[in-house]
Amino acid sequence: MTTLQLCLVISSLLFCIGLVGALSRSHTILVLLGIELMLNAANMNFIAFWRFGASPTAATGVLFAIFSIAVAAAEAAVGLALVIAVYRHQKSVRLEEANRLKG
Amino acid sequence: MNLPVQLLWLIPALPLVAAGIGALTPRGGRPIAAGAAIAALIGSFILSCLALKTALVDPAAHLTANFSWFDLGTGTFRLGWLLDPLNAFMCVMVTFVGTLIFIFSLGYMKEDANFTRFFCFLSLFAAAMLGIVVANSLLLLFVSWELVGLASYLLIGFWFHKPEAAAAAKKAFITTRIGDLGLLLGMLWLYDRTGTLLFFDNGAGCLEAGALAGLSSATLCSGLAVSTAIGLLIFCGAVGKSGQFPLHVWLPDAMEGPTPVSALIHAATMVAAGVFLVARVYPLMSADQALTNVPLHALTVVAAIGAITALMGAVIAVAQNDIKRVLAFSTVSQLGYMMLALGVGSWVAAIFHLLTHAFFKALLFLGAGSVIHAAHHEQDIRQLGGLGPKLKVTFATFAVGMLALAGFPFLFSGFWSKEAILHAAEGWEVSHLPLIAGLIAVVLTAFYMTRLVSETFFGHGRSHASEHAHESPAVMTVPLAILAACSVLIGFVGTPAWPWLQSQLTGEPVHPHGWFEGAGLMMLSILLVAFGIGAGLAIYARRTRVTASQRDPIEAKAPSLFAFLGARMKLDELYAATVGKVNSALAVVSDGLDRYVWAGIVNFLGRLGEFAGVVYREADEEGLNGGFDTGSETLREAGKVYSRSQTGDAHAYLRALAVGFVVLVLVITLGGLR
Repeated sequence: MTTLQLCLVISSLLFCIGLVGALSRSHTILVLLGIELMLNAANMNFIAFWRFGASPTAATGVLFAIFSIAVAAAEAAVGLALVIAVYRHQKSVRLEEANRLKG
Repeated sequence: MNLPVQLLWLIPALPLVAAGIGALTPRGGRPIAAGAAIAALIGSFILSCLALKTALVDPAAHLTANFSWFDLGTGTFRLGWLLDPLNAFMCVMVTFVGTLIFIFSLGYMKEDANFTRFFCFLSLFAAAMLGIVVANSLLLLFVSWELVGLASYLLIGFWFHKPEAAAAAKKAFITTRIGDLGLLLGMLWLYDRTGTLLFFDNGAGCLEAGALAGLSSATLCSGLAVSTAIGLLIFCGAVGKSGQFPLHVWLPDAMEGPTPVSALIHAATMVAAGVFLVARVYPLMSADQALTNVPLHALTVVAAIGAITALMGAVIAVAQNDIKRVLAFSTVSQLGYMMLALGVGSWVAAIFHLLTHAFFKALLFLGAGSVIHAAHHEQDIRQLGGLGPKLKVTFATFAVGMLALAGFPFLFSGFWSKEAILHAAEGWEVSHLPLIAGLIAVVLTAFYMTRLVSETFFGHGRSHASEHAHESPAVMTVPLAILAACSVLIGFVGTPAWPWLQSQLTGEPVHPHGWFEGAGLMMLSILLVAFGIGAGLAIYARRTRVTASQRDPIEAKAPSLFAFLGARMKLDELYAATVGKVNSALAVVSDGLDRYVWAGIVNFLGRLGEFAGVVYREADEEGLNGGFDTGSETLREAGKVYSRSQTGDAHAYLRALAVGFVVLVLVITLGGLR
């Protein structure tokens, strides 16, 4: 097993853990945590493919990961703000209760 | 400086603008309305003088300025302005007399609340009359003619809160309307025959030789020439407007209007229009004169109507007690003279008399207005009397007017113009009846005018009003003095020794006939005038009434005759009993037809429409709407199904996302996309 494959396996595991967490938890913040894990699994793939790819000298993969993390940070900020707004509204952050927007 | 014929429209346009200004002026703007009216008419007077100067350059020419109004099929309908000595003299007279009457109104109407409205209507009246005079198209003339009718209606009914004034206005309008119907029919017939309503159009006009030859050669089934029939129809309009028998009944009632209006109607504008119309279409009226085998000449009818009117007006005037009604019937009588002159073939004499009459009749009416103003609106001569020493200027000028109207020899204008008419009547081959009627009317005119002056100015005041009379202000007496001067002077332009006016009107030199030729007739008429005045003085001046209730000397001698004449020969009653009855019977029939027959048909059609509406509504609601409703319902159901998947549960969305992701991965890895 090469280092690349190992990296990919780890990132797959990470993704699966995030997915399960996001799907199984009903606390909104934990769901957000799961989504962050999935995002980071993807970031790990970027780094792995860059490091063991054709041109590891150009800093493309790292930049991609940095952008992604920045976006994730912004997304987390918005998400947490939404969570607080929802909490203020209905005194609960349980996802199954936040279904007011259904069609 | 001359006024080119192209600018002739300015003459009626100026007063029209003044009327507009008057209409827009609020009640408080008295100086604006009156100033605009008087300034506009003075402007028109100056323009008229310039136009007269233009016309007299070549008196025989008819200067025209025609323009196309609209296209009608392949042809063009044209209107135009006409300038010849006939209407140039008329313009000068109308604007001059009109201006003086306007100025007089300043004093007479000073206390009226609707002063601005009065001047607005006066200007409209003058504008309409000037429109008649300068028109070169019978249609344009007709439009102005009707405007004159409208303005007279508005002015006679100016004090519309008086029921008599409102009724008189209506009567004037409707009576002249009857005559106007004839004019309208004549106009349409003329248009049908000649294809043009322009009077003069370089040989193509309806009053020029080409058209007239066609009109007089064609005959109707009774042997009447077409030109005769059309001429008589047009004459109907003149009968109505100029107060000729049998349509004269409106004229005395028109006295209900303010006195300056009476002066305007009787002197310058309305009644002169009829005489002017006949003089204007004189070539048409006289087109059948050359024919010998026709049963009737148009001018014979004109002469007969004129003679009847002249005599009848003079007879009735003898027994009237209202100062304005005496003058009204004298107008009827004098208009009869003019028609008589037209009928016997001397339109020049008619226009001469029209011009002189305008001056002295305006003078007499304004003088009467001054008397009425002075005597606190007392018009009944039985209540007046003894005003001579109190109203010196009014008395002097009124006396001049009276002598001119009576035809006092040599000095006064009325004598010369009346002489011209009698001379023409003497030379008429058909009959001497008009001459005899005219001579009798001469005596009567002298008599009733003497009676009027004696009753009003001589003797003692017979009522409080006449005892406390005071002279009118200068704004009223100055126009009187000017008119009095003109009433004397204007006669000298047409004396037999120097027939300047006659030669200018006809455009060819008229030789002064010798003193002997007409001397016999002239002597006779002088004697008749002297007899009339003498009789009047003998009866009224020597033994003037002492009290208002004392009977008239004639009334004392022949009470029934006097009452009959005082009631205007009962003609109004006769009309009420015949025409009025027939008319109201017809109205009842029309009302029944309208109410039951026509209304029934209309109502039935209405019901039909209503029923159709119900059917349409049912079809719409049941048929058309059903289809759309079903379609909409289906769409809504489909929407409901899809909206059910939107649960709002974020876990469900995530789950769907994960499943989708797994499926995507499986498709990629198992070779869906290689």
